[in-house]
Amino acid sequence: MSFIEYGDTIKDGDTAIVFLGHESMFPVRVQHGTVTQTKYGVIRHSTDLIGKKYGSKVTCSKGGWVFILHPTPELWTMNLPHRTQILYSTDISIITMMLELKPGSIVCESGTGSGSLSHALIRTVAPTGHLYTVEFHQQRAEKAREEFREHGVDHLVTVTNQDVCKNGFGVSNTADAVFLDIPSPWEAIGHAKSALKAEGGRICSFSPCIEQVQRTCLAMEEYGFTEINTLEILLRVYNVRTISLQIPDLGKAAEDNSGTGFDSSNPSNQGSPGANLQQGTVQFKSGVPLREMVGHTGYLTFATKS
Amino acid sequence: AMEGSPGVRICEGDCAVLKRGEVFKAVPVLRRRKIIFEKQWFYLDNAIGHIYGTTFEVTNGGNLQPKQEVEETTTETKEAGTDNRNIVDDGKSQKLTHDDIKALKDKGIKGQEIVQQLIENSTTFRDKTEFAQDKYIKKKKKKYEAVITVVKPSTRILSTMYYAREPGKINHLRYDTLAQMLTLGNIHAGNKMIVMETCAGLVLGAVMERMGGYGSIIQMYPGGGPVRAATSCFGFPKPYFDNLHEFPLSKVHSLLSGTFSTETLPSDPEDNALVEEESNGLTDEKQTSLQETEEEPTTEAPMEINQSEEQETMDINAEDVEFKENKEKENKENVREKQMKQWERRKKLTETAALLREKNADGLIVASKFHPTPLLLSLLEFVAPSRPFVVYCQYKEPLLECYTKLRERGGVINLKLSETWLRNYQVLPDRSHPKLTMSGGGGYLLSGITVVLDKGKSDSSNLEALKMEEPSPKRCKVQDLHC
Repeated sequence: MSFIEYGDTIKDGDTAIVFLGHESMFPVRVQHGTVTQTKYGVIRHSTDLIGKKYGSKVTCSKGGWVFILHPTPELWTMNLPHRTQILYSTDISIITMMLELKPGSIVCESGTGSGSLSHALIRTVAPTGHLYTVEFHQQRAEKAREEFREHGVDHLVTVTNQDVCKNGFGVSNTADAVFLDIPSPWEAIGHAKSALKAEGGRICSFSPCIEQVQRTCLAMEEYGFTEINTLEILLRVYNVRTISLQIPDLGKAAEDNSGTGFDSSNPSNQGSPGANLQQGTVQFKSGVPLREMVGHTGYLTFATKS
Repeated sequence: AMEGSPGVRICEGDCAVLKRGEVFKAVPVLRRRKIIFEKQWFYLDNAIGHIYGTTFEVTNGGNLQPKQEVEETTTETKEAGTDNRNIVDDGKSQKLTHDDIKALKDKGIKGQEIVQQLIENSTTFRDKTEFAQDKYIKKKKKKYEAVITVVKPSTRILSTMYYAREPGKINHLRYDTLAQMLTLGNIHAGNKMIVMETCAGLVLGAVMERMGGYGSIIQMYPGGGPVRAATSCFGFPKPYFDNLHEFPLSKVHSLLSGTFSTETLPSDPEDNALVEEESNGLTDEKQTSLQETEEEPTTEAPMEINQSEEQETMDINAEDVEFKENKEKENKENVREKQMKQWERRKKLTETAALLREKNADGLIVASKFHPTPLLLSLLEFVAPSRPFVVYCQYKEPLLECYTKLRERGGVINLKLSETWLRNYQVLPDRSHPKLTMSGGGGYLLSGITVVLDKGKSDSSNLEALKMEEPSPKRCKVQDLHC
């Protein structure tokens, strides 16, 4: 397995995803001799995982079962240990497309954070591209390096521990794209410009606050970026449910002794043809929105170096 | 990307995209080919050799000329008003008439100068607020300073263009929805993908771009042949197409049931006409040479070996005999050529069938005008376990049914029905707000992950289905019945 190449069977050293049920899963490092506790019982790596096909059902010691899934950056995003607030796949998708990333692309990113976007970028630029990611927090930079190593993608990424606003990305005139998710992106626009290739490079800045966006757009304009465009994207999820709605009793068209309307307490109505205690229902399938949804993650500003 | 390389150059034969503001149009780069774009007529000849991203102006002769970088005249503190309480819109504030402006244009006066003239001849300009003046200038510049940028096609550019110009051709698939599909589907180099789309080949192109020529793609197609009009706009190098296969939907059932054969090939003359009709993603003009090569479907009508092709009956005389002999030779060669082509087609089809039979595809993407349920239920059979699949539908309801049928089938987890909401913003100092218009809808996605299918155990698949559902809420409302 690898985050950048599919494999068929689970191997020692793989990172696999244990799927327990609806929206319940966690990552696991597969290792000979190790056991993993789940609410359905114990999973023994040597007998239950190693050599099994990805996508298999694994029965745990208490009798319940789980599915073992091949890792993908998207599954990793949903399950990674958070060191910072992360970007989710909805934003990651539009960033990837708007930055025109593809195999062979050279892309710069700051800050690395928890590596959510990083894994997705590495997957997209593999096998011939490269990610230069800059993180000013020493421990986070080190943890990121460790994870990339464990996931077999370290040859595609360079983690640099420095302040991008002061020292840039460590490359010049080569990047196809630059991504910024930092508190003061306007301070890094100059460095972003020098990291980007001469013509056609793309830049993206992600900021939660509109004030940050305003300053960043101004800086982009000052540095000669074109096609400056700000947008936001939100995900709406629907639950598929079968809904039953009652048909209301609107009474009978013709007048009768008991008057208009339905009176269930009136004994003369019990058992009479009009007394429809068991109302008819209509069933239909519906895509029901969730009670709450994510209302805001951040504004995405894109531009071109021309 | 090479270090220090200046950028890709515009070459003859390319498919380029013209851009003016937010308006895009894909055109073939051909000499002496008149292009109409945004009410302007011109030839692309002068653009050839320039780098993609260059901005041009249209000269009076209909030729392109690189736009000079002009220093924006730093605004001396302009006279401006505070609000519009005294500004009356009687349509008479501009003193230049239509004819005056036309005369300026005919004289060859540059757009910048025309805008300046308009400002000077507007009686209300100096009463407008600074913001209103700014807006006025932007509006006039947009109209009179006609600059065109020639950009290199990409998924970003083409998906935006198609959504704005010809959304019907792509089932109203908005570009952010396409972006979700590519990521949810984990499209990357090395995959073996199955793609079924009726989006003029845009989705196929997007998948090919993200795979960078690595791996393989099997495109399932309805009717006589796959439509790849948009795909050709991407300008992929030829090797990308070496691992692009196609397979007719009409053969899927026979393949799944083991009765597949190459005896009858899907090729109605009717279907060929359909293919031609659909492949009109490029210019407004009727037929461009690029389009013509693309319209040629990959199928050919089955040849009857005994078909005689003599078109003219002629009296036999000495010259005619020679002519006839040559024609017979020609006919024999045509027949042989057609037989060869058909044999090759059959061979390719058999190879593609073998690829599908392996049932180990790394993912499935569906984006078509057809009801998604039958497509998913059959095509998922070809996908390996623990792989993502994504289905796009313009409407929500078919995906509700699809979801239900998939639950019954089993072998899928993490089913999610979703749509994305996209909003663009205007960001200006003291004038930042969402833009005034917004797309009402960009379609819906149903995504999930395959798992090993437990065949013949309907109980366990029901249990699975229950397990995969959301846990019942504590207070179960009368209306809600979880499916």
